[in-house]
Amino acid sequence: MNSPAYPITKEKQSQPVWKFILSELKPRGKWLTPFNVISLPIILAGITLMAIRFTHGLGAVSNVTQEIPWGLWKGFNVVTGVAFAGGAYVLTFIVYILKVDKFHSIVRATVLNGFLAYLFYTFALVLDLGKPWNIFNPVIGNNYGVSSVLFLVAWHFILYILGLLIEFSPAVAEWLGSKRAHKILSGLTLGAVIFGVTLSVLHQSGLGALFLMAKGKIHPLWYSEFIPLLFLVSSVFAGLSMIIFEGAISQRVFFKQISRKNHEARKDMLKILSRICAFTMFIYFFLQLLVLIHGQHWSYLNTPMGYWYLLEMVGFVFIPMLLFIRSFQKPNIVLTRVAAIMAIVGIILNRLNVSIIAFRWDAAVRYVPSWMEIVISISIILIQIWIFRWIITRMPVLNESPGFAKIHKQAGNHYISK
Amino acid sequence: MSIDRRSFFKFLGITGLTVIGLKSSGENTTPEDDSEFYGVLYDSSICIGCRACEKACAKAHGLPEPEDELEAGIKRKTSENQRCVINAFETDEGEVYVRNQCMHCNEPACVAACLTQAMYKTKEGPVIWREEKCMGCRYCMVSCPFDVPKFEYGSTNPKIQKCDMCYDRIKNGEIPVCVKTCGDALFFGTRRELISEARRRIAEWPEMYIEDIYGEHTVGGTGYLYLAPVSHKELGFDIKLQKNSYPSLTKSFLYSVPAVDVLVPSVLLGLHAATKVKQTKTENYE
Repeated sequence: MNSPAYPITKEKQSQPVWKFILSELKPRGKWLTPFNVISLPIILAGITLMAIRFTHGLGAVSNVTQEIPWGLWKGFNVVTGVAFAGGAYVLTFIVYILKVDKFHSIVRATVLNGFLAYLFYTFALVLDLGKPWNIFNPVIGNNYGVSSVLFLVAWHFILYILGLLIEFSPAVAEWLGSKRAHKILSGLTLGAVIFGVTLSVLHQSGLGALFLMAKGKIHPLWYSEFIPLLFLVSSVFAGLSMIIFEGAISQRVFFKQISRKNHEARKDMLKILSRICAFTMFIYFFLQLLVLIHGQHWSYLNTPMGYWYLLEMVGFVFIPMLLFIRSFQKPNIVLTRVAAIMAIVGIILNRLNVSIIAFRWDAAVRYVPSWMEIVISISIILIQIWIFRWIITRMPVLNESPGFAKIHKQAGNHYISK
Repeated sequence: MSIDRRSFFKFLGITGLTVIGLKSSGENTTPEDDSEFYGVLYDSSICIGCRACEKACAKAHGLPEPEDELEAGIKRKTSENQRCVINAFETDEGEVYVRNQCMHCNEPACVAACLTQAMYKTKEGPVIWREEKCMGCRYCMVSCPFDVPKFEYGSTNPKIQKCDMCYDRIKNGEIPVCVKTCGDALFFGTRRELISEARRRIAEWPEMYIEDIYGEHTVGGTGYLYLAPVSHKELGFDIKLQKNSYPSLTKSFLYSVPAVDVLVPSVLLGLHAATKVKQTKTENYE
């Protein structure tokens, strides 16, 4: 409540909601920060290129080919991005199902991040669609392609976005100062979490299952019938590593918003998170090893693609795993963060390998993204960060909830535990 | 309202019987299942590489006439402007031609991939693409083992181009234009007829053909079947493709979905309840 970023409730109640929202739309603080100066031109360029994509067709900006029809937007923004957004389902599971209250202070930021990630990756998907106006066909009408993995992923995606919205909505209610809505929305949280974790398990693995029918197109070192399982397990530490990485940044950028108590708590959280990361990475590494042995593909290891595979598995799975183990044995924040960044690189490598790099590795013409595709990809992420920042500085995400919400929260917990 | 155990079981039994009854009565009313898929038999021992089929195909579907030259060793591919191509291969038996187009699989990967049923296996056999349903995600292209569907990247309202076995003509009782144009190398009929015809040719002129019919078992059987004078490998066929259909690759994943959708929430609720008990206990101890 003392935080300067949070508007005083009394003042808020005296004006209509739309006026309040209008006033909130105005920027806060300094405009010409280095981040703004760099990101704004990229975003503007990205928006221009998106317009060109819609007026001149996909081929005008993208380098995708007839043989490699999925490029950077699907491979990076969707397939890779969703893995990192997995932090939301892991953390809500820890906080609301296992009731590890320690993590309560970061759950909102993570859910918000997940929500925005999904929203913007859906946007990337729309950009990539040839006929985006037909996007609702799998939802309405008699067009259900129920035998399609993509159909399943699409539905789980849509429902999960709704779930995340419900999980985050109490913060919006607190921002608007609506006590009634807050009470109702908080009551929905547990349901949304159970719903959300289930949907996540399926679409995280479903994204891997998409590639099951690309047998023969993906290099044998990356293709196996276990892709769905590998995608699911790796999404756990991908999401948590992202939480660690992002926490390191927001701790600096939004320093004032985080209470002293929570600053202290964060150190403790890192220890536990790095422990979970280490264990899931061990499971993942072991599964990958089993897949390699089971598939008898070791003869490929001594080829250029094999070295690339080893770099991914040893350099960016095994080594960060050791670093995570080391960092929780001897608490060391820097080491945890280094490990998290390496794990993130490893996930990017893995997802890009499956969807782009090892996909038609033998094709005569390789796919290399055009600079325009890259600019659009980056600008989508930058817009997402802008909106994330806008919400963080206005709604009670990192800082404490207003007084009325706390009472409800306790009441809500009481209700849930009854 | 209270339900005792007896009335509950009664209710359960009645519901179950009703469901079974509805199902079995429904099954009796579908007699059209015995229709057979049509297909095309391509005989590369007869094909002289005149490319009349290419031109007829382009004309029939409003596509530009193919102009590039046919040359052994250079592999031409179907594209968004060309639904079928003839390629030449230098072999021990001289120059041999092979036609490439959609294989019209019995269980197509593209159809299983499509989330809007835009790719559709008709009951007559052709695999067709329906524009009004497609959202342009290109998952069919990712899935197709033969790389058949082609996408118009240059268009703001792109189409997927692929051979549809002249579905409109088949519906009217006509044969596809390529088969009509071709002398003897293309042969149209039901799949069963095609296979027996292929076997007859192999038996009658064993010196002209190898034993195998490409497409008889590949990826669960295809609508296009190929006779060849030399091994399929020499003619650029993908001989590593599995015999099981491609949709079978995702079947086990799809089957697990309903189970996961039911089991995970139950486990989560259970866990939630379990951790709650622990909490109250510790509270009591405190």
